[in-house]
Amino acid sequence: MAEIRDVWVFIEQEEGEIATVSLELLSKARELADELDGRVCALLFGHGVADLSEKVIHHGTDLVLLADHPELAVYRTLPYARVAVDLVQEQQPYIFLLGATPMGRDLAPRIASAVRAGLTADCTALQIGDFERKGKVYADLLYQIRPAFGGNIIATIVNPETRPQMATVREGVMPLGEPDSARRGEVRRIEPQFDERDLMVQVLERATLPPSCNLKGASIIVAGGMGVGSEENFRLIRELAQVLGGEVGASRAAVDAGFISQEHQVGQTGVTVRPRLYIACGISGAVQHRAGMDQSSKIIAINTDPDAPIFQIAHYKIVGDLNKVIPWMIRTYRENGK
Amino acid sequence: MAYNCVVLVKQVPDTANISDKAMKDDGTVNRAALPAIFNPEDLNALEMALQVKEQHGGRVTVLTMGPPRAAELLREALYRGADRVILLSDRKFAGSDTLATSYALKCAVERIGDCDLIFCGRQAIDGDTAQVGPQVAEKLGLPQVTYAESIQSLQDDEIIVRRAFPLGMETVKCTLPCLLTVVGSANQPRPSSARRMLTYKLAATTLEYQTLLKKWPEFETEEALDCYLAEREQRIPVWTFTDIGADEDKLGLAGSPTKVLKIDSIVLEMTESREVQATSEDISALLRDLAQDYIL
Repeated sequence: MAEIRDVWVFIEQEEGEIATVSLELLSKARELADELDGRVCALLFGHGVADLSEKVIHHGTDLVLLADHPELAVYRTLPYARVAVDLVQEQQPYIFLLGATPMGRDLAPRIASAVRAGLTADCTALQIGDFERKGKVYADLLYQIRPAFGGNIIATIVNPETRPQMATVREGVMPLGEPDSARRGEVRRIEPQFDERDLMVQVLERATLPPSCNLKGASIIVAGGMGVGSEENFRLIRELAQVLGGEVGASRAAVDAGFISQEHQVGQTGVTVRPRLYIACGISGAVQHRAGMDQSSKIIAINTDPDAPIFQIAHYKIVGDLNKVIPWMIRTYRENGK
Repeated sequence: MAYNCVVLVKQVPDTANISDKAMKDDGTVNRAALPAIFNPEDLNALEMALQVKEQHGGRVTVLTMGPPRAAELLREALYRGADRVILLSDRKFAGSDTLATSYALKCAVERIGDCDLIFCGRQAIDGDTAQVGPQVAEKLGLPQVTYAESIQSLQDDEIIVRRAFPLGMETVKCTLPCLLTVVGSANQPRPSSARRMLTYKLAATTLEYQTLLKKWPEFETEEALDCYLAEREQRIPVWTFTDIGADEDKLGLAGSPTKVLKIDSIVLEMTESREVQATSEDISALLRDLAQDYIL
């Protein structure tokens, strides 16, 4: 009997709000499932979340596995893992995708360990392809593609023998498809069974901070790297962003150095952005960073090092000191007005 | 109540500081040319464990899996305050992915035995996967608290932990034993203590004896050196796969479901670009052009 080749997506929802990354993954899963001739199944867990099934179906799902239970009202590792592991063991999906969010990164390894499946974190691309090893050909595997080693190399990982082939993907990496309100799918209710040990962790308090910056939605981003030099000097970046009506971004190095908080980080381990204009100031351009911004429509790079890799993807190259160049930009913009 | 703490740590290449010298001609990374460091968030995990010991009593054991060179990391852990360190090292571990690694660590933690709290860094900077902590917890059948930022209370067998995310927080109550993965904002790791550096200045693993014998010709045999170090409590134990009773099929490449199909070095595609001189006039001209094209 031929292997069933279903593609599963874990739907992350909080208080009835589906995470964007889950919808992006449904679009990708649809593409993969069509290529594999399998179904897209969505795992929808929570309490009072049945209404979300429709939206999940419109985004490409054939079958919603709905676990609606009071113990699943707020995300907790153990009960969520219990339901997912039971389902995976029973139905043997071919591929299982989760968002690389704090929730997905907490849940995915727990499931992978329990079912002994291979798991690749933070993929930036997923494809179907063959793999040959020791004379054996494995057809139609999931290529899990991700930068590694601080973003200096790109690795393609496969799980030839184990199922499901598991991967997490960051928000903003896969394009979000348009919902199709004519699309029909099946909703199957799951009756989860918990034991005492599944419920031993209690959530006492939970708070979600509103994002203080909206990098994803910004059409102009001014980003600073190590070349900015200090937390104090980051005010130049902030000022330019403010003048141009944009948001402030940063490289991982600048965040690690404490110049600015992590929510401003653009790149493989930060946010992926596609603004109209990206101004990279004092950013050398490690792959880690470029992976998150190279789809920007126009890129201006300012760097003192003429060999900085960022210049290779920049549309406008400015070899020079950002401490001079940025004030000139601010002055010009202010003088000419808008 | 005193708590036995185990801290899982990893020696990693300093990926944040990759220079041109660390790149080979074919564009791949030359690991040997990179400095090896204590994974940053593992230091936060160690610090959290040391604070538990200071407040409640108990013992801090630091465990790492790695090549013989990882002994450097364990000496550093001793200098910073660990009571006991163990190196898990065997060729059979080579090529382990996160699943095989967590299996080996689980076996070693079981051999250590009787532990109340296990601490790991949230993730290591070479792979950034954040998978080993939760996988060790699952294999031990323990609850996990990832993204742990602070211990709010620890009483008898109950712990309250504050978790910190980029956009939010959560406080959870959990029964011991459990595993915590610790974020970088948790604390300021203490530096090595000069006194402890003196106390453990000879600390070494058996894997380093060959090198040490060349340095200290007064010891004629490995046995003599071993005896000397053991008497002074300077011998760092090395556990192999047989010491931890691991199943060989679950280790190394054979025990790793993920396989690397290929590694590509990054080839940048040149973008059609325009050089702008760093002069006030050229910058003004650039901004005017961008405004004209409706980009600004």
